[in-house]
Amino acid sequence: MGIRFILMVNKQGQTRLAQYYEYLTLEERRALEGEIVRKCLARNEQQCSFVEHRNYKIVYRRYASLFFLVGVDNEENELAILEFIHLLVETMDRHFGNVCELDIMFHLEKAHFMLEEMVMNGCIVETSKSNILAPIQLMDKSS
Amino acid sequence: MEQLKTIGRELAMGSQGGFGQSKEFLDLVKSIGEARSKAEEDRIVLHEIETLKKRLSEPDIPKRKMKEYLIRLVYVEMLGHDASFAYIHAVKMTHDDNLLLKRTGYLAVTLFLSDDHDLIILIVNTIQKDLRSDNYLVVCAALNAVCKLINDETIPAVLPQVVELLGHSKDAVRKKAIMALHRFYQKSSSAVSHLLTNFRKRLCDNDPGVMGATLCPLFDLITIDANPYKDLIVSFVSILKQVAERRLPKSYDYHSMPAPFIQIRLLKILALLGRDDKQASEKMYTVVGDIFRKCDSSSNIGNAILYECICCVSSIFPNPKLLESATEVISRFLKSDSHNLRYMGIDALSRLIKISPEIAEQHQLAVIDCLEDPDDTLKRKTFELLYKMTKSSNVEVIVDRMIDYMICINDNHYKTYIASRCVELAEQFAPSNHWFIQTMNKVFEHAGDLVNVKVAHNLMRLIAEGFGEDDDTADSQLRSSAVESYLGIIGEPKLPSVFLQVICWVLGEYGTADGKYSASYITGKLCDVAEAYSNDETVKAYAITAIMKIYAFEISAGRKVDMLPECQSLVEELSAAHSTDLQQRAYELQAVIGLDARVVESIMPSDASCEDIEVDKDLSFLDNYVRLAIEKGAQPYIPESERSGMLNVSTFRGQDQHEASTHGLRFEAYELPKAPIPAKVVPIASSTELVPVPEPSYSREIPQAAPVSSVSDVGSSGLKLHLDGVQKKWGRPTYSSTPPSTSNSTSQKTVNGVSQDGRSTANSKARDSYDSKRTQVEINPEKQKLAASLFGGSSKTERKQSSANHKVAKASSQAAEPSQVSNTTVVASVGTNLQPPPDLLDFSEPTVTTSAPLLDPFKQLEGLLDSNAAVASTANHGGGNASKEPDIMSLYADMPLSGHSSSTENTISTHGDDANLMSGFSNAARIDHGGPTVEHSTQQLSKGPNPKDSLEKDALVRQMGVNPSSQNPNLFRDLLG
Repeated sequence: MGIRFILMVNKQGQTRLAQYYEYLTLEERRALEGEIVRKCLARNEQQCSFVEHRNYKIVYRRYASLFFLVGVDNEENELAILEFIHLLVETMDRHFGNVCELDIMFHLEKAHFMLEEMVMNGCIVETSKSNILAPIQLMDKSS
Repeated sequence: MEQLKTIGRELAMGSQGGFGQSKEFLDLVKSIGEARSKAEEDRIVLHEIETLKKRLSEPDIPKRKMKEYLIRLVYVEMLGHDASFAYIHAVKMTHDDNLLLKRTGYLAVTLFLSDDHDLIILIVNTIQKDLRSDNYLVVCAALNAVCKLINDETIPAVLPQVVELLGHSKDAVRKKAIMALHRFYQKSSSAVSHLLTNFRKRLCDNDPGVMGATLCPLFDLITIDANPYKDLIVSFVSILKQVAERRLPKSYDYHSMPAPFIQIRLLKILALLGRDDKQASEKMYTVVGDIFRKCDSSSNIGNAILYECICCVSSIFPNPKLLESATEVISRFLKSDSHNLRYMGIDALSRLIKISPEIAEQHQLAVIDCLEDPDDTLKRKTFELLYKMTKSSNVEVIVDRMIDYMICINDNHYKTYIASRCVELAEQFAPSNHWFIQTMNKVFEHAGDLVNVKVAHNLMRLIAEGFGEDDDTADSQLRSSAVESYLGIIGEPKLPSVFLQVICWVLGEYGTADGKYSASYITGKLCDVAEAYSNDETVKAYAITAIMKIYAFEISAGRKVDMLPECQSLVEELSAAHSTDLQQRAYELQAVIGLDARVVESIMPSDASCEDIEVDKDLSFLDNYVRLAIEKGAQPYIPESERSGMLNVSTFRGQDQHEASTHGLRFEAYELPKAPIPAKVVPIASSTELVPVPEPSYSREIPQAAPVSSVSDVGSSGLKLHLDGVQKKWGRPTYSSTPPSTSNSTSQKTVNGVSQDGRSTANSKARDSYDSKRTQVEINPEKQKLAASLFGGSSKTERKQSSANHKVAKASSQAAEPSQVSNTTVVASVGTNLQPPPDLLDFSEPTVTTSAPLLDPFKQLEGLLDSNAAVASTANHGGGNASKEPDIMSLYADMPLSGHSSSTENTISTHGDDANLMSGFSNAARIDHGGPTVEHSTQQLSKGPNPKDSLEKDALVRQMGVNPSSQNPNLFRDLLG
């Protein structure tokens, strides 16, 4: 399964994007997000970018005001996930140009589309930025 | 990216509102963005829900607007509020012809719905249509939805089309079709079992994206069973080679590493395929070695690949060269300042340690640093490593550390986890029973409510059974120390229930056994417990039964029993308790106290909790009686299962009883016969005959007798009498089968109850672990002497020795030579002793390995001398109890020896005969120790720039490694300088 969920949360703990690769109910999501965000926000720069939470390992990375949190299972390579986050940010950056929290907020669906290209069934399936962005650019053109 | 703009600028940009979105949407996003608290955000969202409900009820909503509403609904759900009122609009939008709207519709649906939601059925049709679309982007959108929304029931509806799409001309479609098939496999492997060859085919796809995606399902398949895919090893290796040689398009590069995510997945697959397969592994060595060489170790992604290489190397058949590379990488990770890399290093170390245990030694300080680090993640990872390298020589240090950590965390999930780890390690490696009990106490005290109740039963059993050897003094010492420690703990507030049960049971069973504590003292303590935990019935039950045991032991010892006033009131309180079990126990206590010594002796023999109970399930001793009754015209017994619906059958149980399942009725029915018990008891007690006695009282009880007597002790008449009384009141089968009431207040019963609770499988398992522990206890002392440190010092021999103990089969190449040397040692000591210990062979094995450093002839001589000396002194003292041998100590006194060796209590006391060998070992150990400890100090000198730091570290190293639980740590001072 690999990746269980991807969250983007700002430093106030407000969710900016949430994508789950296994179904959780609204209450479960709420509780889970609350717990992890509290855990991750409490950590400092020097500490590991990995946190264990229940059965998940959370790999997180902070970009200015925004935290990217990826919940993975035990078999995942944490460093690779950490770089996957960066790849995601680079991809969004290429699309939005100097991406920021508000870009994601105003174009939530596009951020999701990118994720849909990159991750399926909890697996990383595409890492070529041009491949990830191609369908989105085509849609932009056609509409 | 690292320096994203601040929110202020973002808002300024947003307020320009250039994105073709409505003002309403911009305002929503802005207000959510500006919300400073969860409450404020909730208010905004609730207001938004109202707005959306209003808007959505309007007629003829333009499609663009609808798309925006959907995004707003996504916000509503994302922020934790229910948007189910509008799910249908998302479903409708999937029908739209416009690609962007369709995809947004699919996105909203996948975010909102689980794959078993009722609305899915409305989408399947659309998906089918879209899968046939000419526009490949529509097909892709549909395939995305397939991956999220199709469950095992709807698979057949789309499966043929998905399979067809595997051959689509667009690589994006093929890729997504592969993943859809992967999803089907995850959901229902049987539905697609005939299609799995497609994954193999797609592995050779021209497009690297499709190939990379195909690795995901293949990884899953190979995880389940690697054998059918061994033929693909060559392909995987060649793909990995090409990737590493940058044959893939540049767009897959990430931070100048070629397709790192594909490399990582391939390494994961190779790790699975090469596991325990030398032939397969050999095909991989070259490519993995190449990657080790090529990887850029300065970037995160390079390190991620290197880490994956280590995982691969530790999984496949070991190759010395690759192991060497892996070790280098690990040491670089561990030396890094980055916590992330150190975390990966610790993890890699714990993987590699299975193959080459000695690498941990090079990194002792790094590991200790990580253990000391305030970062919980790093600490836990390090505990994981320690768990993997635990052996009996370092178990004390490791478990102590774990417990210390367990005490200071609040996370119950992890607390439970680490508590179970502690228990597991303690059961497996405990150096002594005393230590085991102390450790268990700590675990119970701090995580009692989180540990499995079986652990408590194991502990009671251990205390009852002792070492399992025939050494009674050791057992009673163990029990006294348990009693002592429990009396110390009992006063502490808020102990977990399970722990209190153990305490009560042990105090009842052994509290007065050594005569140190008076009965009134112990019973007073037990009363306090019952009072302090008055709402925990199980604890009260354990306490009252323990009190009864104490009194029973007093009576049978011929002492007069003065019941404490608080005890009196406790009994009164309990005999009026709501719980029938408590009442039962209270009445039993009163009954027992009234009996004379001989009866009590047989009801409640002291220290008999380990006696086997023979159970006569057929109740054959009643056959005669039954026959007589039937001859007199009584109806035969019909098992309850066979008399369902036959209400009138109940009459044969006795005219005053109803076949009623309610408690109330039964209570009344059984209340009457209480009185005659004492009268009957006395005559019966004097007779040891089983059968004739209880006839009158059984007359109406036959049907119920079965289950109750099945737990009763056949041999003891006193017991049976007692049981008789019990039946009058509690004869109902359900009661007797529950552990609490099986405690007919005899000690046997309680243990029986315990084992019933623990289930028989658990029992046998426990026994196994005891057995193994016993052997370990035997080996332990010389190990202790040898094991300088957590990491076994830096002495390779020590490591070998421990592995030899655990896995005898693992013959090391070095073993041959040293064995000769050690043989001479053994022969020498045996020769002088003239009475070789029976288990000499067992001991000679550790000797073989331990004496490896004795290769130095001088040291060898020294060893011989010392063992001779030891033998001599053993002879002097006859008993061979080395711990009382001052001359041995004095012999060693001028050398920096690991003194605890010869004074470790358990070995010596239990294996007095082996004392000569032991001291031989201790001697070897002492020589061993010289190396590692010196090395420690040099390492510290070179590492610690700050003298205080290095001092601390030095202390820690000593504590961790050199001398776990040393009785005389001072001895090491000279060694360590």
